[in-house]
Amino acid sequence: MDLGLILSTLDATLRLSTPLLLACLAGLYSERAGVFDIGLEGKMLAAAFAAAAVAAVTANVWLGLLAGLAVSITTAGLQGAAAITLRGNQLIAGVAINMLAAGLTTFLGIQWFGQGGRTPQLPVTGRFQNIDLPFANELAGVPILGQIYSELISGHNILVYVAFLAVPITWWVLYRTRFGLRLRAVGENPKAVDTAGISVIKLRYQAVLITGLLCGLAGAFFSIAQGSGFGNNMTAGKGFIALAALIFAKWKPVPAMFTCLLFGFLDALQIRLQGAEIFGIGVPVQAIQALPYLLTVILLAGFIGKAVGPKAGGVAYTKER
Amino acid sequence: MSSAILKPLPRWADVVLLPILNLALAFIVSGLVVLAIGQDPLAALNAIVTGAFGNGYNFGYTLYYSTNFMFTGLAVAVAAHAGLFNIGGNGQAYIAGLGVIAVALPLQFLPWWITFPIAIVAGAAVGGLWGFIPGWLQAKRGSHVVITTIMFNFIAAAIMVYMVVNVLKPAGILAPESAMIAPEGRMPKLGAFIPWFKNTDVNFTLVLALICLVGAYILIWHTRFGFAMRALGQNPTATRYAGMSNSRIIMIVMTMSGALAGMVAVNQVVGVQYRLVLDYVADAGFVGIAVALMGRNHPIGILLAAVLFGALYQGGNELQYVIPGLSKEMVVVIQALVILFTGAMEGLFRPGLQRIFMTLSPRQKAAAIEANSVKSGS
Repeated sequence: MDLGLILSTLDATLRLSTPLLLACLAGLYSERAGVFDIGLEGKMLAAAFAAAAVAAVTANVWLGLLAGLAVSITTAGLQGAAAITLRGNQLIAGVAINMLAAGLTTFLGIQWFGQGGRTPQLPVTGRFQNIDLPFANELAGVPILGQIYSELISGHNILVYVAFLAVPITWWVLYRTRFGLRLRAVGENPKAVDTAGISVIKLRYQAVLITGLLCGLAGAFFSIAQGSGFGNNMTAGKGFIALAALIFAKWKPVPAMFTCLLFGFLDALQIRLQGAEIFGIGVPVQAIQALPYLLTVILLAGFIGKAVGPKAGGVAYTKER
Repeated sequence: MSSAILKPLPRWADVVLLPILNLALAFIVSGLVVLAIGQDPLAALNAIVTGAFGNGYNFGYTLYYSTNFMFTGLAVAVAAHAGLFNIGGNGQAYIAGLGVIAVALPLQFLPWWITFPIAIVAGAAVGGLWGFIPGWLQAKRGSHVVITTIMFNFIAAAIMVYMVVNVLKPAGILAPESAMIAPEGRMPKLGAFIPWFKNTDVNFTLVLALICLVGAYILIWHTRFGFAMRALGQNPTATRYAGMSNSRIIMIVMTMSGALAGMVAVNQVVGVQYRLVLDYVADAGFVGIAVALMGRNHPIGILLAAVLFGALYQGGNELQYVIPGLSKEMVVVIQALVILFTGAMEGLFRPGLQRIFMTLSPRQKAAAIEANSVKSGS
């Protein structure tokens, strides 16, 4: 493998891990606050559709992004109402959200655009373009470091940079702010937080809305940054890979980034390896596709380390009277 | 306004009134969506009902869908009684197809009534294995069964693509599917016995589904094991102190749940498609969640809910031909709303309904007033 091939594979890795990372961090906020979220997929899908639909009609990528965020946050709010206020089953709420998004996006897509559920091809102004970082062209000639800068780091769309910036921000919020401390506490021992006079309900809603925001970014990435329009079920289970990554990273932001990079790399490898052979034997593409799920099952079972989630996760909080 | 003094609902209200209210709400919200895009919701409902029950042909397809949903609904319900949420019905139903095709192809020249029971056993074994592993991981390693079954859905999908494309696909066929089963090994369609159903996909597997419903009823409420699993679902600490092995119950229940979901493969592979194709489950596993919630995890409820969802699916297929612009995904929306309202937003109607019932019953009203005065007095 020459450097160019390695760099292009890593370049694809960055692109493919971006939605995983955004969705994974999204899940992190909610689950650290004690609300299980298996509805990441649905929120992403809804956001992807809304972003593409608005971007297609207005030809404005920012309005598209705004629509995606609004829909995702609203959906998160609905899920929050079920899971927090009505104290319903959080897992079932997630299942419902996924199904609602899958049904409604196709249904409305067919009704509005009449293209079998796809939105029209977006104009240039309706998509996030790749950004060339300063001096990318000048440094391209410098061996290795310059090439890495110009080919790998430069030349992505803005959401890629936002996703990777969200990692240190999440770390800082979670471990260095009062809000983060409370957020972690409410996922471990909501009673203690309540006793300290802080509203459990309010904190959990805040967490769930941040989850909605990040899922919105992830969804918009699919339809108005990486792709050029919405297609049926375009998130294709990425929300569940993100969930797997979250567990694999043991609900921590920096490991979440590395896990998403690993899963993104597997995805890039799988695309590259279509039909190719490694070490003289054909590795089935499906084996690489299944690897993130398999690794998560093995980790969760405690065969390689142990993943233990937030203690109060999945349980609605009932205030004592 | 204290929720502590609210009395539980009468049983009929809990199992009949509440689900109907939630269903009505799901229909109303879906109707509003249809209205919002400028279509007539009543015309849509009419098209769905006619498309599902209009004649023997339509009703046959309704029952064909219902057959799958009875299996997946039971799979979710059996696990739910033991306090487990099996979200892996899709994967279990999908991978079970390997077991079914593995016996159906070699035995294809034998009469169907010999192939059928063997296909059931094979489907149950493979589907059961796909439920057993998450059960075992939950029981022995403490992995959350929900996460593991989600992961197993995707692992099953990857395995199936590999097996169908690389192992089962005969040379010379382009489509990703296995060889066809000879006519002798195919399950007879019900239309062969009841001409009214014509040549629809509803087949003998429906009888198996009804037997499973009765079997599940006996198992859950009239056996020692059924008692043990319900006790585990209510209070795992109690079962442990009563000397039961919680991990053993979890593993058995998850195996049974997977085996029930695996019966979808019997219906699809030897009853309808006569070969193994990709993605034949078509999310029946997730519909099972709606069916179990709606049917209150009771076989009679599951039967009714499965027919309801079968009707929605069949009616939804017809909908797009009657009203252009309205697609069958409408049904997925209704189904999602049913899950949302009956499963996750149960708290929407229950407290209000409890209050209404308390004011209606003089004895309960007196109790409520007394409780309130005690509360304000203290």
